[in-house]
Amino acid sequence: MERLFLNLGEGIQQWLASLGLGATAVSLIMVAIKVAAILGFVLLNVLYLVYLERKISAYIQQRLGPNRVGPRGLLQTTMDVIKLISKEDIIPQAADRKVFRLAAIVVFIPAVMLYAVIPFGKDMIAIDLNIGVFYFIAVSSTTTIAFLMAGWGSNNKYSLLGGMRTVAQMVSYEIPLVFSILGVIMLTGSLKMSDIIAAQKDVWFIVLQPIAFLIFFIAGTAELNRAPFDLPEGEQELIAGATTEYSGMRWAIFFLAEYSNLVAMSALAVTLFLGGPSGPWAPSWIWFVIKVYIMIYLFMWVRWTFPRIRVDHLMHTNWKFLLPLSLANILVTGIGIKIFEWFS
Amino acid sequence: MTNPVIFWLIALVVIVSGLMVVLLKNIVHSALFLVVTFVGVSATYVLLQADFLAAVQILVYAGAVSILLVFGVMLTVRGDIKSSNLFNRHKLSGGVVALALFLIVERIILKTEWVLSKNPAPESTVGPIAEAMLTKFVIPFEVAAILLLVAMVGAILLAKGEGKPQ
Repeated sequence: MERLFLNLGEGIQQWLASLGLGATAVSLIMVAIKVAAILGFVLLNVLYLVYLERKISAYIQQRLGPNRVGPRGLLQTTMDVIKLISKEDIIPQAADRKVFRLAAIVVFIPAVMLYAVIPFGKDMIAIDLNIGVFYFIAVSSTTTIAFLMAGWGSNNKYSLLGGMRTVAQMVSYEIPLVFSILGVIMLTGSLKMSDIIAAQKDVWFIVLQPIAFLIFFIAGTAELNRAPFDLPEGEQELIAGATTEYSGMRWAIFFLAEYSNLVAMSALAVTLFLGGPSGPWAPSWIWFVIKVYIMIYLFMWVRWTFPRIRVDHLMHTNWKFLLPLSLANILVTGIGIKIFEWFS
Repeated sequence: MTNPVIFWLIALVVIVSGLMVVLLKNIVHSALFLVVTFVGVSATYVLLQADFLAAVQILVYAGAVSILLVFGVMLTVRGDIKSSNLFNRHKLSGGVVALALFLIVERIILKTEWVLSKNPAPESTVGPIAEAMLTKFVIPFEVAAILLLVAMVGAILLAKGEGKPQ
């Protein structure tokens, strides 16, 4: 069970080789299969995350949530996707057409690229980069551009304001996010995902770095533009922020990217703080899914429990609370490492 | 050695998008092409197996273009956006300066004897860079940091207006 997917991959590779293809062709096809598998994982997750979010929000608000299409409403999101695909594609007349169209594509590129360094299980990582965590941060920082492109391209004041708010929020909260990760990096001495997981064999980093985890969680919520940090799309003020003018499949891609980023951020949290894909009895990839869904549930719980914070409080929380706290955490971690070295 | 075709493709993308930054009249489009340029430069770093530098290029430059865009939008939307990134009329003097600069750079590139290392690229570049930055080059590193701080304080002072009450 543990090596189910690895064996499957090897099997396909051997089968391809037995067909008489060259080594380059086999490796190219294997890469394509891996990308397709990751895309499948992302899309399947998003499909049921939307359902999960609607159900959780319904239970928190004492409603039933989707319950008509399919057993317990399980096919609701599938039907929604079919509806979105068949919808008319509307582009506003005054929009900057090229930027408007490109934004929906650009937003999805980093969302998928993030999964290259995520360990789905033991030895189940697409590319175990030397700079794994740093790659994740660098790629996720480009998401901002897509939102700004959407906000600008729509040529709508609500969209533009939403885009501006996205930039202000995501650029600001990136700093405490990176600093909170630094605490973990200091303990491991490596940016490699597999090294970080190996370092948590005895004790998870959430125990050693509880403050870093808290900062990571808050800043991560802000990076994902989820409530209580959903000002970029605050419905009461901005309709839907940068995505106001989007409809049909283009809008769906933004939605897809949002949830795909949610899964990626949860997976990063699991890798950095919750011991990665490891656990007793069950195979590692099952533990990965369980831990990721615990993180996702936390994000959803927070979203439907806290009210949106005010825009000036948003910046105050970041610059006057999270940033000094994350800097202090780095200092304390450094001192702690030195003291630990003296006594052992 | 990687395939030179890949290098030339990347070089073409970088140069064309760099030209678009200068030639387009819409400042938002210019800034977006700047992102393409930076991503292309980062791809050349990947070809050179400098993965850390490539990620820094994306994080610092490509990521920061969004801020550039915000300022571009906030400072220029007066009238028509289609003519927000204008040309000037100094074609002759501009051409002379550009030609002179090109000739100087070209001479220097051709005259320099490039040191080619036979050693394979280092496995991990993060550690050596950090060590160099915090030991041998710690003073230039700190000076650059202070320079950035001074620039930031200066910008805030200019934006707020000195001495004026808020």
